[in-house]
Amino acid sequence: MDTIVQVEGLRKTYGALAAVDGVSFEVREGEIFGMVGPNGAGKTTTIECLEGLRKPDSGMVRVLGVDPQLEGQALCLRTGMQLQQSNLPDRMKVWEALDLYASFYPKAVDWKELLLRLGLDEKRNTPFAKLSGGQKQRLFIALALLPDPQLVFLDELTTGLDPQARHAIWDLVRDVRTRGKSVILSTHFMEEAEKLCDRIAILDHGKIVALDTPANLIHSLDAEERVVFSVDGPLPATFEKSLSGAVRLEVQGGQVIIHAANGCKGPAKGSGNGLVSEVVSQLGGQGIQFHDLRTEQPDLEDVFLSLTGRDLRE
Amino acid sequence: MKSLLKMTWMEAKLFLREPVSAFFTLIFPLVMLFIFGSIYGTQPVPGTDSTQGAIGTLIPAFTAMIIGMTGLMPVTITLATYRENGILRRLRTTPVSPLVVMAAQVVVVFVMTGLGVLLLAVAGKVVYHVRFDGNVFSMLGGFTLCSLSFFGIGFILAGVMPNARTAQILAMVLLYPMLILSGAAWPRELMPATVARLSAFLPLTYVVNLLRGLWIGESWGSHLLDVAVLAGMLLLGIVVSVRTFRWE
Repeated sequence: MDTIVQVEGLRKTYGALAAVDGVSFEVREGEIFGMVGPNGAGKTTTIECLEGLRKPDSGMVRVLGVDPQLEGQALCLRTGMQLQQSNLPDRMKVWEALDLYASFYPKAVDWKELLLRLGLDEKRNTPFAKLSGGQKQRLFIALALLPDPQLVFLDELTTGLDPQARHAIWDLVRDVRTRGKSVILSTHFMEEAEKLCDRIAILDHGKIVALDTPANLIHSLDAEERVVFSVDGPLPATFEKSLSGAVRLEVQGGQVIIHAANGCKGPAKGSGNGLVSEVVSQLGGQGIQFHDLRTEQPDLEDVFLSLTGRDLRE
Repeated sequence: MKSLLKMTWMEAKLFLREPVSAFFTLIFPLVMLFIFGSIYGTQPVPGTDSTQGAIGTLIPAFTAMIIGMTGLMPVTITLATYRENGILRRLRTTPVSPLVVMAAQVVVVFVMTGLGVLLLAVAGKVVYHVRFDGNVFSMLGGFTLCSLSFFGIGFILAGVMPNARTAQILAMVLLYPMLILSGAAWPRELMPATVARLSAFLPLTYVVNLLRGLWIGESWGSHLLDVAVLAGMLLLGIVVSVRTFRWE
């Protein structure tokens, strides 16, 4: 796969603060690349350097083969941008915004089709100020897709949206990718990054502290997997002994939590299934009545917190 | 070119959807005309040496009022708000040139100002049978010069002030005394002589002088000072607004 974005040693300081401090990564064609991190980690600054909106202090940035600082004008014909803080005039209607922005590009796609695809058709005559947060973001995605871009930047697209709107936006982003476009997005929702992105860079204090696929990031944590279930009445003491060695058992009220052994590496899926089937077969074999059995997997949030710490920022 | 046309049309619609600016540009001057018309009728304003009735003095003065208001309020507020709210930021990510953004503003406010003046002139003609002694093209030229030089002030304020709020407050602080003292809102002849001396420091005074002169058929040559001041303002406006243009 071709590399469409290359960043080497990117640095950007505001006064004494290094907002981005030596960041290097690559984005490949056709992937959804996510940047996650606490507020002030440097996500937006990095994206804005890629977009050509900010001038890096040092480092090399190539987007679709060009330097955004030198050929920003050419780049904005081939990229679509959704910015964290931007707006349209309050009284501008949805169709008017699309019609106006389409006129800026020599080869804009048909905005009427975008209107349908983004579910904005019944809002076409609604003024911008009257749109909900999710509708505004959908309109911004539509504006970003007008030039039929190869690469789309989405900066904190779903911040402040309710879960329904967020899931609708995720579907749209996946749809953008299936149409052969690459996406770079930033978010501070771990769930969003985990579900949406092919690869994720975790940023903290202006540096990339981890970069990999969501699955690999989670494996790398070595976090234990848990099997949780409820029993009526006391758990027979024989049950714990019947489980194979590297397992820890904990009883909280009627709930039993079985931890997979720490540090057991290897293919997580396999080991996870192993633990569940062992627990279930022992429960069945000993005739113990149980219900509400579920497994709890470590997720990206666990990875994130272990890398960036639990201290409150700001 | 296509984007300039679309943008201009869009800004025109937005202008008319904003009730305050549409009211002050199109309706308010008419209200003023009818108030003063009902006071003076077709009699000359006391103290003027004009052979014209009051309305003949008031229409060019109110034209100056519209120019002052549109130059300072909509131009300043629109641009400063667009920047503050990130509307310009969104535009910046597109290939559109800042010149298109500015030109669309100028064209729209100019046309709206012209529309306000046209309504005023038609009302003067139909209701008060006002007499126009000047040359239409000369009047149009004067109107264009005055308008553009005043839009320049609006662009400068929007470009130099840190945010929309301060730009708007400063625009109002400049506008109201200017309307009252320059003879744009009512004839300067009705005010004490000291006020007339003070008015020499107000740019709008030169608009009033030039337009009143052209209305009664005076030549451009007899208004060289007015023209020089306005042309200087126009030049300054262009240079400063292009230099101070910021997307955010």
